[in-house]
Amino acid sequence: MTLLRVEGLTKHFPVRGRGLVRAVDGIDFAVAAGETLGLVGESGCGKTTTGRMLVRLLEPTGGRIVFEGRDISHLGRRDLRLLRQDLQIIFQDPYASLNPRHTVGRIVAMPLEVNGIRPPGGVKQRVRELLELVGLNPEHYNRYPHEFSGGQRQRIGIARALALRPKLIVADEPVSALDVSIQAQVVNLLRGLQRDLGLAFVFIAHDLAVVRHFCQRVAVMYLGRIVEIGDREQIYERPRHPYTRALLSAVPEVTAPARANGRIRLAGDVPTPLDPPSGCRFRTRCWKARDVCATTEPALTNGVACHFPEGDDG
Amino acid sequence: MRGAVGPAADPYLQVRDLRVRFATEDGVVRAVDGVSFAVERGRTLGIVGESGSGKSVTSLAVLGLHDPKRATVTGEILVGGRDVVGRPDEEVRRLRGRDMAMIFQDPLSALHPYYPVGRQIAEAYRVHHPRAGRAEARGRTVQMLDRVGIPQPERRARQYPHEFSGGMRQRAMIAMALVNDPDLLIADEPTTALDVTVQAQILDLLEDLQKEFDSAIVLITHDLGVVSQVADDVLVMYGGRAVEHGSAEQVLRRPRHPYTSGLLACVPTLHGDADADLVPIPGSPPSLIHLPAGCAFHPRCRYADDRSRAEVPELRSVAEGHLVACHRPGVAS
Ligand SMILES: Nc1ncnc2c1ncn2[C@@H]1O[C@H](COP(=O)(O)OP(=O)(O)OP(=O)(O)O)[C@@H](O)[C@H]1O
Ligand SMILES: Nc1ncnc2c1ncn2[C@@H]1O[C@H](COP(=O)(O)OP(=O)(O)OP(=O)(O)O)[C@@H](O)[C@H]1O
Ligand code: SF4
Ligand code: SF4
Ligand SMILES: [Mg+2]
Ligand SMILES: [Mg+2]
Repeated sequence: MTLLRVEGLTKHFPVRGRGLVRAVDGIDFAVAAGETLGLVGESGCGKTTTGRMLVRLLEPTGGRIVFEGRDISHLGRRDLRLLRQDLQIIFQDPYASLNPRHTVGRIVAMPLEVNGIRPPGGVKQRVRELLELVGLNPEHYNRYPHEFSGGQRQRIGIARALALRPKLIVADEPVSALDVSIQAQVVNLLRGLQRDLGLAFVFIAHDLAVVRHFCQRVAVMYLGRIVEIGDREQIYERPRHPYTRALLSAVPEVTAPARANGRIRLAGDVPTPLDPPSGCRFRTRCWKARDVCATTEPALTNGVACHFPEGDDG
Repeated sequence: MRGAVGPAADPYLQVRDLRVRFATEDGVVRAVDGVSFAVERGRTLGIVGESGSGKSVTSLAVLGLHDPKRATVTGEILVGGRDVVGRPDEEVRRLRGRDMAMIFQDPLSALHPYYPVGRQIAEAYRVHHPRAGRAEARGRTVQMLDRVGIPQPERRARQYPHEFSGGMRQRAMIAMALVNDPDLLIADEPTTALDVTVQAQILDLLEDLQKEFDSAIVLITHDLGVVSQVADDVLVMYGGRAVEHGSAEQVLRRPRHPYTSGLLACVPTLHGDADADLVPIPGSPPSLIHLPAGCAFHPRCRYADDRSRAEVPELRSVAEGHLVACHRPGVAS
């Protein structure tokens, strides 16, 4: 069952005197109930902007967001509050997103209070359950965020996001700021919660290996567009877009098999979203580009937006 | 990078029993607690470890950048045979930039926002080449910018840091670090802020430049993948101490310290079973003010025994060139 559907979703930011930043420029995807979709791509490709639109912290400048059959693209303030019960977001920086003057108990209880929800057994009881669920000691109820480590703070953020029993969580780089040992703890926690509670996730990360361990489907973004989307196996084992291949090939790994062959090095940098290249946006760095790539933008068909996808040229 | 070890050369950088302490309101922070290592010309040492393990404090000590009013530095740091510890400021400053140079995670901390990039690089050159004229310095600058892969180097030299992308700024900082052809390069998380495709470019560049300049490199990172790609030798730090040290092959492929094994096991990969749970290291890193007694890793180690809790394990050789600080080396492999 489709939980969330996005059609032609667009966000353009005006910048004074310099035109429009095409942060997100017409993307389509869907997330089924209980499904995990990964959103990957390099810095500035529009992942965070997409995530913030999904939970309507930002209003789209074009396209539609349909959640449970209802268009939420332009909901007003009051409707948004109700929506937040089903749609939550977790941020990268667990510290910045937690009020330093509030106790952990108060932070986690806040969504319940704001929405006037009285859980059976009381708020305090529910908060203790939530803390336990994310692997924190319920005795820590009265402590303050600064008394916790980075990994523990991220757990507090997760407990808060779970308070209203949402159906979908947008997680924006939830483990990027954490050390690997702690990152593994939090990834396992999120995986367990996803499984046990049947939560759907849009999981934003630039770390392709982390995404592989968390997501069933993956969308690869480049300069505000989705260039490839598909099942995990497909993206990681049989990538078809040149950019996806380049991304995967650039990941340094301890256990990687000898990579000397098939190693791809992209030249140059990502162009500015103020003035993206004509045609295929990846063409300025693509080793397969031909004339048509500069004139005609490839549509996303069968999960890939490329005139000459891998696997088609025999 | 050099494959086989040549005839035993004198290491260009030799660090012996380095200790760095900070007096703070909460107590004395033992940020580095008796670390030793050596790096030859043409070779790269990777220093890895989690946040707060003392990697940056170690590199700042080598560069002589700790404020003596705040930090107590003891031990020996020989750069080309000269001890940096306790040497007068101006002498260390002369070494810095000429014999040793640094690259940081954030290029904006090294580049001044108000001056053109090229002028800053030329300045760095003239500081150590007082007889060089403007034209020579400018020529050298353009040559270095070109060498690090910045297109249209003459035009780019006249631009300001904010006109550069993140990857280009990192290249510019590398150009500035290498302009005086230093023998020792310290790179502290040089690619951590970069995207993977740009990171790959920069790591390739560092490798090429090392071949060309035959410099000794200390690469500090928390990313084991990066280290495995570029380091000849690896030093693993935990709680300000070295816990494992050896060739990259030994440390990353045949780790003998439970912490190193743990680090390797918890990193998600592009290969292997994607559905298997990751194997985290339980708990969190130690406080450097109240380091656990005995082996600092013992509260998180499933192999800890009474001895681990009572006695600090010394670094001991478990194979030629492979040192491990554990009472039960290899217990986790
Ligand atoms: N409020 C804003 N005003 C103008 N431009 C913006 C604004 N927010 C984002 N942008 C721009 O939109 C583009 C996409 O930004 P976004 O934060 O979505 O990228 P991202 O994929 O999340 O990147 P990262 O991996 O660095 O977090 C970038 O070029 C960014 O500079
Ligand atoms: N000036 C200082 N005063 C007090 N403590 C300090 C100072 N500088 C560093 N420390 C402490 O020394 C320890 C080691 O810090 P260091 O910066 O070397 O860590 P690191 O291994 O580089 O970590 P990261 O991966 O986060 O960069 C930390 O606990 C840090 O808080
Ligand atoms: S459409 Fe052309 S430029 Fe774009 S990715 Fe495909 S081959 Fe490369
Ligand atoms: S000394 Fe003991 S606690 Fe420390 S790593 Fe070895 S087995 Fe673990
Ligand atoms: Mg982002
Ligand atoms: Mg550091």
